[in-house]
Amino acid sequence: MKEFWERYKRNKGAVIGLYVVVFVVLVAILAPILFSASPWELAGRPFLPPMSPKFLLGTDMLGRDILAGLAHGARVSLIVGIASALASTTIGILVGGIAGYYGGRIDDALMRFTELFQTIPSFILAIVLVAILNPTIYSVVLAIAIISWPPIARLVRGEFLSLREREFVMASIVIGQSDMRIIFTQILPNAMGPIIVMASLMVAGAILLEGSLSFLGFGDPEMMSWGFMIGSSRNLIRVAWWMSLFPGLAIFVTVLALNLVGEGLTDALNPRLAREVKA
Amino acid sequence: MVQDEGLAEPDKLLDIRALTVALPPEADRPHAVEDITLTLNRGEVLCIVGESGSGKSITAHAVMGLLPEPHVRIVGGEIGFEGQAITTLKPAAWRDLRGRRMGMIFQEPMTALNPVMRIGSQIDEVLSAHIKISSSERQKRVVELLDSVGLPDPAQLVDTYPFRLSGGQRQRVMIAAALALEPALLIADEPTTALDVTTQMQILHLIKDLQKKMDMGVLFITHDFGVVTEIADRVAVMQEGRIVEIGTLQQVLNDPQHDYTKRLIAAVPKLREEARSHENEKVVLSTRGVCKTFSQAGGIITQRRVVNAVKNVDLSIRAGETLGLVGESGSGKSTFARCLVRLVDPDSGEIWFANQNIVQLSARSLRRLRPRIQMIFQDPYASLNPRRKVGRIIAEGPIAQGTSRRTAMENGRELLLLVGLDPAVADRYPHEFSGGQRQRIGIARALALKPEVLIADEPVSALDVSVQAQILELLADLKERLNLALIFITHDLRVAAQVCDSIAVMRLGEIVEMGLKADVFRRPKHEYTRALLDAIPGKKLLLE
Amino acid sequence: MLIRLLQGIGIILAIVVLNFFLLRAVPGDPALAMAGEAGAADAEYLQQMREDWGLDRPILEQLAIYLEGVVTLDFGYSYRFGAPVLEIIMERLPSTLLLTTAAFFFALIVGVLLGTIAALKVGSWIDTIVTVVALAFYAAPIFWFGLMSILLFAVVLDWLPPVGYQTIGAEYTGFRHFLDVAHHLILPTLTLGLFYTAIYARLARASILEVMRMEFITAARAKGLREHRVVIVHILRNAILPVISMAGFQAGHLVGGTVIIETIFAWPGIGRLAFEAVLGRDYTLLLGVFLLTSAMVVVFNLITDLIYAQVDPRIEVHS
Repeated sequence: MKEFWERYKRNKGAVIGLYVVVFVVLVAILAPILFSASPWELAGRPFLPPMSPKFLLGTDMLGRDILAGLAHGARVSLIVGIASALASTTIGILVGGIAGYYGGRIDDALMRFTELFQTIPSFILAIVLVAILNPTIYSVVLAIAIISWPPIARLVRGEFLSLREREFVMASIVIGQSDMRIIFTQILPNAMGPIIVMASLMVAGAILLEGSLSFLGFGDPEMMSWGFMIGSSRNLIRVAWWMSLFPGLAIFVTVLALNLVGEGLTDALNPRLAREVKA
Repeated sequence: MVQDEGLAEPDKLLDIRALTVALPPEADRPHAVEDITLTLNRGEVLCIVGESGSGKSITAHAVMGLLPEPHVRIVGGEIGFEGQAITTLKPAAWRDLRGRRMGMIFQEPMTALNPVMRIGSQIDEVLSAHIKISSSERQKRVVELLDSVGLPDPAQLVDTYPFRLSGGQRQRVMIAAALALEPALLIADEPTTALDVTTQMQILHLIKDLQKKMDMGVLFITHDFGVVTEIADRVAVMQEGRIVEIGTLQQVLNDPQHDYTKRLIAAVPKLREEARSHENEKVVLSTRGVCKTFSQAGGIITQRRVVNAVKNVDLSIRAGETLGLVGESGSGKSTFARCLVRLVDPDSGEIWFANQNIVQLSARSLRRLRPRIQMIFQDPYASLNPRRKVGRIIAEGPIAQGTSRRTAMENGRELLLLVGLDPAVADRYPHEFSGGQRQRIGIARALALKPEVLIADEPVSALDVSVQAQILELLADLKERLNLALIFITHDLRVAAQVCDSIAVMRLGEIVEMGLKADVFRRPKHEYTRALLDAIPGKKLLLE
Repeated sequence: MLIRLLQGIGIILAIVVLNFFLLRAVPGDPALAMAGEAGAADAEYLQQMREDWGLDRPILEQLAIYLEGVVTLDFGYSYRFGAPVLEIIMERLPSTLLLTTAAFFFALIVGVLLGTIAALKVGSWIDTIVTVVALAFYAAPIFWFGLMSILLFAVVLDWLPPVGYQTIGAEYTGFRHFLDVAHHLILPTLTLGLFYTAIYARLARASILEVMRMEFITAARAKGLREHRVVIVHILRNAILPVISMAGFQAGHLVGGTVIIETIFAWPGIGRLAFEAVLGRDYTLLLGVFLLTSAMVVVFNLITDLIYAQVDPRIEVHS
């Protein structure tokens, strides 16, 4: 474990990313305490520019505090991001794991199914789903999960296929371990590395997708999310640029940080180099 | 410092003096090679022999100016080539030398040719980079070159892509490209290590012939002393970045001075005649008519392919016997071994063990039988779960069979002692061990279940020669003590000569010859066996 | 090849059936759903819908009617736009294709170029800059980036037009029209393209670094070849394969991925059409777009397979 952190720390960008992510999480958790309970509150005069007294980032067209909006928006982004990443990762592991371990016809069938989902233009499907199901935070999470699982399934399948052929897995069969035991104690722990990395990137992707959906007005109307803030001020950009700039910056920084963390994890989780450099 | 006497005439082609190459800070030693001095004369073959990590490959790359800078670079000494100091050459001058005056061939035929470029073009580009002749002239030369390295149908081959060729054929192409402009120096970096033994011999002969014809100096890198005896005029022995001994082949072979040299020579497997006949023991495992065919279903892209991996194999082994299963790649020996433990299910045939035909056993009954027949694998870096502690890995078998965890772990520690490791290492992870140590752990894992039959699938092929010798000793010792029946699979007849009592030779899925070791070696019946025997590098070392 | 074609048709068929069920999944009266907000007001129209699509018949019969419609290229009628769905889509498709083609080639060329430079100078400051910038464009939300670029280039600097396909009311023809559209094309293309540029740059860089470690590259240098030949014929020729693979995969998806860009820049394409369809609850139109963009992905995938088979000699197309 300590070795893991040593390796992770070597990537400075990843460390910065981690700090940023932790910061965002903290803001999200503490939002109702640091700011008033609801970001929808009309806290001041509308159209106040940043650096106005009491409103560090200004107010929007109805007088809502932008900074409060950012803090509450962090909650929405993180909840949606983590929930959909968990959901899509679970689906992906199930589909990919079964396909990769059993192979043959099962693999074929599951891969056709995955291919189907990969062919469908994902953003339009997301819009279709949210439109049909009516936009709530649940339907948004569901829609994102449904369009995001195929890459994970492919990854897991690939990992399982290659691990299944490794000699230590063959050894487990020969010494008499049961299938279930082999999957959970031999294969899965060795596949988890890339899966975790992909899951962290999924959170980033989910935050972008949620932002896009809310921007277009397809998000949960009761949730103040960063995308919504940008979308609602879209036409006022000439007069109130700060309403779009800051929420967008928030998304950008969070997604960037998550990507950096993902890259740091990739380096840190790399199986220790077993072979010496040939000399 | 070791003195190199070389040959009397001042016909030095390559003159390396006190060469030192530095490694990046994270490496396990500061220098890849330190204070290397050697000379190569025109028309002679100098073999650099050493194990992994000895620095032999780095030396070869340094001569060509192909060190992966800036991490690995020359920090001391000089290299003289044809009277010119080359360590400080500018890139343009290097480009002129490479391909024209010095050529290089590499180890892995599968990755040493550009996969998306035709064979003809890969040789043609050497010509067009250095001399000005018309393209039809070049075409002619390319075909001639392909012919001179013994490739069939050169006119057709010119338009083929590498993936259609076998390993041996690809090596020939590489040789043709390296020798296209008749360089004075050929550097061969383990060119036959990845080839089958019969192919290896052909390529060695080819190199030797071409060397004589062109009066080239050849710097030949290898880890195999047998190969050294086949091709070397002079030998340099390297260990951990230094040359420990250098001299003519006769000198080094017959009168080695340095301890390490003696160890390397001693580690080459020798034919041991004290094979015991086990005729009076009972048969513990026998097979009849085992067949396995693999077919790759044709997709949209590739054609359907059918491979008869194992064809009608009849084999039996008695208690306490070591049976060697010898074959080249594609012979089916590994597939057959997997059938024996039902990692792969045979298509037809019978495998009799413990009075049952295990081919038809249900998964549950099979699992109960598994402890009695165990396996050791080839790749020490892939046969242990990297995320499990070593003690746990050894104990997993007994635990799966119902032994309590505590007992299994205790027994595991005893087993570590048995295979020559300190029981305290049970708490470490596989990556903290060397290749040889990992093989010992793999053996301990197999023995944990107290098997009657042990199948060793190329257990020493991935190890350095000196480590190989230790592991073979260990196996022989354990086999005696525990009265195991051992099926030893290998592609190297020399290894089989040392450890086995009887030998079965496999080719393209069939057993072509089987018998007691002495009979197979001294009085081979099948022509393939004879071909294999002839292809053993350094037969003299073997049969003394 | 034939099998691949059949597989493609199979996928489209599956999507059609999916489409059908999605349409029926809309809560409430399917006729209302299919008629859209505008059509729902007209009772006579609703009745006509029910008859045409057999909405009171068993579900399988409805599926059959729907399939029949698809085969005859009848995807329904949009009351709001007053035209058959296919016609509306076909009218808007060209401008989306214009945008996506421009963005695609921009991204591919610039991305591969940058990735190549970064890889060849790995570890240098150029490499660091390219990697960082690529990451930034990859992480930036397209909608925000689009708005910010409108703010910068159209509002603050006034160099480019903010929205639209052409200057309204100007009625240019011929070459002037071409220039006008091109002028309007710049900002949306850059916005859409820069995201994909980042992807191709990263992929190209990683692929080149991997190929550079292979033995045949050392072998090529050992032959004394000039460095630019080693780079182009040996390194790039091999490294480009995964890039082609990914580019092909994404080309098809680009067509369905322009919703946001077109909405921001008021570009009259099918992405914006989908957006308007959702706003007007015009599910027939929405699913028509959905079906057609899926079909485009299938077609592009097939084309990519063919191109890839030509480029990688190890793949033989088995006829």
